[in-house]
This record gives sequence, structure tokens and C-alpha cells, in this order.
Amino acid sequence: MSTVGVVMLVHTALERAAQVVRHWTANGCPVVLHVDRNVSRDLFARFRQSLDGNPLVRFAARHRCEWGTWGIVAASQSASEVMLAEFPDVRHVYLASGSCLPLRPVQELTDYLAARPQTDFIESATTADVPWIVGGLSHERFTLRFPFSWKKHRYLFDRYVNLQRRLRIKRRIPPGLVPHMGSQWWCLTRQTLSAILQDPERPVYDAYFRKVWIPDESYFQTLARLYSGNIESRSLTLSKFDFQGKPHIFYDDHLQLLRRSDCFVARKIWPHAERLYQAFLTDPAGAMKRTEPNPGKIDRIFAKAVERRTRGRAGLYMQSRFPGHGSENGVTSSPYSVFQGFTELFEDFETWLARTTGAQVHGHIFAPQGAAFSEGQSLVNGCLNGNAKARDYNPESFLTSLIWNTRGERQCFQFGPRDNQAVNWLVARDTNAQVSVISGAWAIPLFKSSRSFAELRQEAARLQQREAEQLQILRSQWTKARVRIWSMAEFVEAPMEPLQTIIDEIGPLTARHLGEAPRMTDLEGFGQFLQNLKNQGMHPYLMGDFPVGQSPASPSKPQRKPYLVRKS
Amino acid sequence: MGLWDSYRMRLRRKRRLVRAVRKSGELSPVQDNTKAIRPGDILLVSTMRNEQIRLPYFLQYYRGLGVNHFLFVDNGSTDGTADYLRGMEDVSLWHTTASYKRSGFGIDWMNYLKRRYAHEHWVLVVDPDEFFIYPFCDTRPIRALTDWLDNSAIRSFSAMLLDVYPKGRIGEVPYQAGQNPLEIAHWFDSGNYTISRNPEYGNLWIQGGPRARVFFADQPRKAPALNKIPLVKWNRRYAFASSTHALLPRGLNQVYETDGGEKASGALLHTKFLDTFTAKAEEELVRGQHYGGSAEYKAYAARLAEQPELWCKWSEKYINWRQLEILGLMSKGNWA
Repeated sequence: MSTVGVVMLVHTALERAAQVVRHWTANGCPVVLHVDRNVSRDLFARFRQSLDGNPLVRFAARHRCEWGTWGIVAASQSASEVMLAEFPDVRHVYLASGSCLPLRPVQELTDYLAARPQTDFIESATTADVPWIVGGLSHERFTLRFPFSWKKHRYLFDRYVNLQRRLRIKRRIPPGLVPHMGSQWWCLTRQTLSAILQDPERPVYDAYFRKVWIPDESYFQTLARLYSGNIESRSLTLSKFDFQGKPHIFYDDHLQLLRRSDCFVARKIWPHAERLYQAFLTDPAGAMKRTEPNPGKIDRIFAKAVERRTRGRAGLYMQSRFPGHGSENGVTSSPYSVFQGFTELFEDFETWLARTTGAQVHGHIFAPQGAAFSEGQSLVNGCLNGNAKARDYNPESFLTSLIWNTRGERQCFQFGPRDNQAVNWLVARDTNAQVSVISGAWAIPLFKSSRSFAELRQEAARLQQREAEQLQILRSQWTKARVRIWSMAEFVEAPMEPLQTIIDEIGPLTARHLGEAPRMTDLEGFGQFLQNLKNQGMHPYLMGDFPVGQSPASPSKPQRKPYLVRKS
Repeated sequence: MGLWDSYRMRLRRKRRLVRAVRKSGELSPVQDNTKAIRPGDILLVSTMRNEQIRLPYFLQYYRGLGVNHFLFVDNGSTDGTADYLRGMEDVSLWHTTASYKRSGFGIDWMNYLKRRYAHEHWVLVVDPDEFFIYPFCDTRPIRALTDWLDNSAIRSFSAMLLDVYPKGRIGEVPYQAGQNPLEIAHWFDSGNYTISRNPEYGNLWIQGGPRARVFFADQPRKAPALNKIPLVKWNRRYAFASSTHALLPRGLNQVYETDGGEKASGALLHTKFLDTFTAKAEEELVRGQHYGGSAEYKAYAARLAEQPELWCKWSEKYINWRQLEILGLMSKGNWA
């Protein structure tokens, strides 16, 4: 007979439990079963019968086990007592559940424990040090009373906790005990376990833990600290928890993953995971070739699941992720650049930008007549429609979809006061947005246009007002975007430096000095144009001061290439 | 939501249930195998009209996922649907020639059947052209999903409609009975969906996809709703609200996370655009039995004469659920 005994707590999927029991006993390990009192008499009788005549199986007195209550500890106690009394050869007792599955041949476990005869494997940490507590109660589990079920009477549970907090009622922790917590699944030596069970103080401890919340995670974990000479604080059972503290379930498709675990037992297994049961419940000869343990991979997969459920993918809006205002964890999925006034000031800005940065450069994607996507496309990635009506139906979603659909490729687009302004706040709140504005540059197309001056004047007033409103948003205290605003006069004075800064920020592709500048449009007479607007009673101010006579940086000889400063 | 709203919703739900019972008079049983339904069985409810050609593959697909019993309402089919289903032990069939429109587009009938037979069962409500995809559907049966949902105390599971279409003209390749429709129509739009929250029922209203892109580009507001909650642990007090897109009580519509995380969700591959579509659109236009004065079918009819192609160079070819999850159309949530 093996020196390892298994105490198994069973409450559902009894056939699977029986299958695992047969596996343990076939390998010589005695098993003491505790079947939840909630299991009907018929089912229990059938289960018992199915294991009839197995000399290594015993049944313990039945308790009612409800999650988070004393019943589970009581069950472990009675079953352990049976184990210690009936199987004197047992040196280590392994606590398992009916949905646990041995991952490695039983002999390996026996050998492993035989080589560590004095070691208790029980995860046990003080409350201050554990990160996994869900629900906000850590040390208070040990100092408050919990007469109401958390699952069935949540309201009373919460009220009673609050009442005790308010009245500052605290229980006294029995002297000598330092509360520890850890996984419910342990493997203890006969010495430690019998010391716990035969302690003369046990009635006191039991009475105390009976009213502690989730005692199955703290009873043995605390008491083992009193008696064990050699605690290895980890569980031999692989068990992963989700964000609410419920154990993750393993399915057939986890087979390869589980084979790479370094744990001896896994929980919990979906009862219908036929392949898993077939693969692991087999004699050593039939067992699969061992693979190198790689528990990190398992950790990553389940840590990712928690992350996905609690934070989700930044910038994704979909049927099961629709974050409220301010809870987005990233308004959009990746960085992008918004340029305002650049195409007006430079004649070949878009092609220049695309060439310099390698990014996807669109025109005015919020233009009134429809989105001007790069290369004149009417649809872009994800079949996103540039149709004006379709876009303006939900402009914010249009922008977040564009950025999501093209993730991995930097997007740049042009913007201006002529465009739909509905996304201004979204862009301003977005840390991914890099917004560069040459204010007042909207006047250049007006200056070059041949429309009647009365029309121009009206249009200038409209555009100036729209841009002023937008700038107010960009300058607000809630703005999180990377915003740069120059007045046109300021920018024209020294265009290369700001361009270099913007380009540097966009990406590593451009970690060099600009070798080539975009061609600035001819501004001869622009000052006079502004003066004319002023004379007509309109007050253009967003572009800064342009002298009437000549524009400062605009060359007297047209088409001269703007010079650039090489710093090297 | 205040008390008054809650009360209003409660009344609305009750009215739905009363209607369901009243409208149940329109259903006459053709084949009643409901005695075979055992506790814990996963059920599927569907209303159909002249869909016999789709049924062989439909049944094969859902039996494969592990659906235990099918409850069908045949709304006046003339294509031998009843004959085809005769003798199938996992199918119960009701017949009616009453108005689809006046039964709330079938929901009164289905509310009744679920109230009567699906209490405490997981029930899937899908049309014959919808194929349910969920995380791990290629390796885990639907019971794995429902067990997990039970375990997580989740009562409803969302799966948005994802229209799939062929490359080339709709109907260029004829569909054969028993064939997987995805062999013909396996392209979809991956990123042109708009979402807004419906304050009345708390559900999300999703629009977009190829239908919005091609048929409704100039009237996007009228584009069909794509949000659906097809899988629910039913209770006899539950009801579809005004269509299959919203449920009452409203808590069932909370299938999305508002705090940044992702809940688990699936997709319904909508294989509407086969060669059967043109005939169907013409028929439905004449019958006028669909939502909003059959506005959807009017829009189709207006374009169908041109034989439009839904496929474009940005269309994505369907591979599997993992692809949909990477594209952000569905999510594993914390199921791993």
C-alpha cells in the first residue's frame, strides 16, 4: 500500500469522482470520501455501491457543504480522521476534490513525498501578503462574524458586515493563532494533521473558525503554522482562479497545456472532458511521454483571461465591451496624428508626410462630402465606409473603428474647421492622439479662392468661430491628447523645427533629420487679404499678426525652396 | 431607472406573456416530441417559412454542437418542411398560417413555446440561416459553455449577427440542400459597426456590416439591428420585448461590460445571402410581414435589380472563431 492517502470531497459528477477513486486505489493509494449531504440518498447509495468491495475506500460522516462555510472544513476533518485511523501506513494525506485529476503517474507523487517525509505542502500566507482576496474582506474575515450566507443572502451578509464595522464589534482571535490563508487544497504529513486534529484546544479553534468567512482557506493554513516544522507554502494542486475568485475549468483542449504543468493534480476538470480523463487516468505504461514542465505558459493563459475580463482590449468597442465615458482604458487602440492647417499651408504635405513617416496618410476624413481616405479609396480596412451619411451617423465610432481596424499601422489624417466637429472631445480625451494645429490656416484657401469677397468674409467668420471652439476644447484641462498649437504667423516664421518635433514623435522610422521639407504655398498678399477682412468688419485673429506689406517668411521670389537648418 | 420605469417594464413584460398565451391558440401541433425533453437539455427554438432546403445542414450543425431538442414554428411553409421533419425524435413542430407581423415577428409564438417547454433550460433562439459561434466552439460542445455560464451565474449570452456573403454576385452559386452555406458565403465585414445603448431596455443597438454599407449607406439609421442575445437560461417569467433583439426583464440585456473589461460573447453567422435570397426578398416584399413595413426588403429590392456585389477588397474571409475574437467581433471574456 502506498504511503499517500487521498481525502476526496465530492458533491457533483459522482461517476467521474468514482473513476478517479479507482485510479488512486489501483495505484495503491487509500481514499476516504466525503460526499456532500446535499447529494440525494439515491445517488449516494448508487455511488457507494459502485465502489463496493474496494478495500482501499472508506466513507466519512457526511456534512452539508456550502461555499464559504464551515461544512467544508468539518468534512475535511472527519475524512482525515478516518484516514489516519484506518490506514496506519499513510504518511501524507492529500486533500482533493471530486473534480481533481491526477496529472502525473501516482508513483511519481508517492516518490516525491517519500523523499520529503517531513514536509507539509500547504499554501499559507498572512492576510497582509495575499493579493488574491476578492470581495474586499481580508483581515476582517477573522475579526467579524458571518452568520449569513454570502451566496444566498448577500443583502443580509453585507448589512451585517457594515453593522459590525459601524459598531466596531471585533472578535478576539484565540491566543497563539496568527491568521494565514491559502489554497484549500493541501497535502499534510501524518504528524501535522494528527496534531491539528488531536489538539486539546481544538474545540476552541473550531468554535472560532466556525464563524470565520471561508474557513476552508484559513483553518488548516493557520493551524499548520502551529505544528509543522517544515512548511512548503505552495499547493501541489494546479488551480487557477478567475477575477471573481472562482476556479477556472479545464477542458479537452487544455490537454497539451496540462501535460506541461509541474503539478501533480489539477482542478477543476469539466466532467465531460472525456479526452482529459482518458489521457491522464491510465496506467504508467499507457501514459503519454512526459514533456518538459512549463507552468509559466498556464499562468500566462489564465492571467490573460483575467486581464481581458477586467481591462479588455484598449480602443475596442463591441457587443460585450462598451465602456462608459472615462472607463475606456484607452479611448482608441493605438497612436495616431491629426494635422490641422498643414495641407493648407504646404502644397504637397500629404505625400511628403507619407514619404517621411511611412504612415498611412489620409486627407480630411471628416470632410462634409465624405471621408478622403488615402489613395482616394471609398472604403478602408474593415470595410469602413467613407460615405458622409454613414460616417456622420456615428462619427466617434467611425474614428475609433478606423484606428482599431488599422492597428499596427500609424494613421495620420487632416482636420479643419470645415469638417464635422463631432469628434473633438473624443480626440481631446484620447492619450493616443497627437494633434498639431496651425491656427488660422483655414484662411489660405479663402485667400486663394476667386469667390466674391462678401461670401469669403462670411465663410471666414464661420470657420474662425468653429476653430476657436475647437481650440478651446484642445486647451481645456481635461485634454489628454498631445496637443501642439501654433498660430500661422508663428509657424511660417520657422516651420522646420515644429515639423521635426512632430515627425520625431511619430516613429522610429524617422529617427533622423528631415532631409526634405514640404513645399510652402505662396503667401504673397496674404497680409493684405487679412487687412481687407478687417476692413470689412471681420476680425481674423487666429492666424496671428501678418504685416500688410509682405508676409514674413514668404519669399519675395516665388517658389523658392524653404531653407532648412541642419543641426548634425 | 426609477420605480416607475421598473413598473412600466414589468407591465410590458406581463403584457408580452399574456399575448404569448393568447397567440398560442394560433399554433397547432404537428409533431409533439416534447415528452422527450429531459431536465438540463439544451433546446433550440426557431420560426421559419419555406426554409426546407436549409434544414438538413442546420440540424446537422446544431446537433453537432449538442442541442438536445428543436422546437419549430412553421409559419405556412409550402415547401414540404413538415414532411421533411416528420419522424425526427428530437424535433417538435407547430404549424400556423397566422400573421407573422401580428405575432410580433414570431416572438409571441416563441415566447409561448419557451414559457411552456424551456423553463429552467438553456435555450437557443436562432433563425434557420443563423449559425451560432462561441469561444472554443471547435473544441468544446455547447454544454461546456452553458455549464460555464451556470457556474458564473450568467443567464444570457450575446452573439451579434455577422452577415456573411459570397464573392461575386449574390446567387451566382446555387445552394444545395445539406451543403454548408459557408462554402458559398464566407466573407464578412470586420470593422464597420456602430454601437449605441438603447436606454429603454439597456441593450446595445448594433448596426453596420455589408447590409448597412451597400443597402443603407444613405439612410444608416434604418440599417437592420445586429445585436442579439440568442442563448438564455430561460425562465417562464422571461419574454422577448419587441423583437428578438431585447429581453425582459432588462437585466438579461446586460451582456456587455461598461467598465472597460470584456464579457464573453459569440457570433451568429448570418447566411442570408445565398441564391435563395432574391426569391425570398421578392416574396417578403409582397407579403409585407417584416419589421418597419419591410423597409429592409424594400431597400434590397431597390438595389437587387442592379445585382450588387457585397464583396469588396477589404472583405475578410471567415476562418474560425479565433479570427473573430482577434478582430474584436466577439470575446472569450474570462473563459479560458
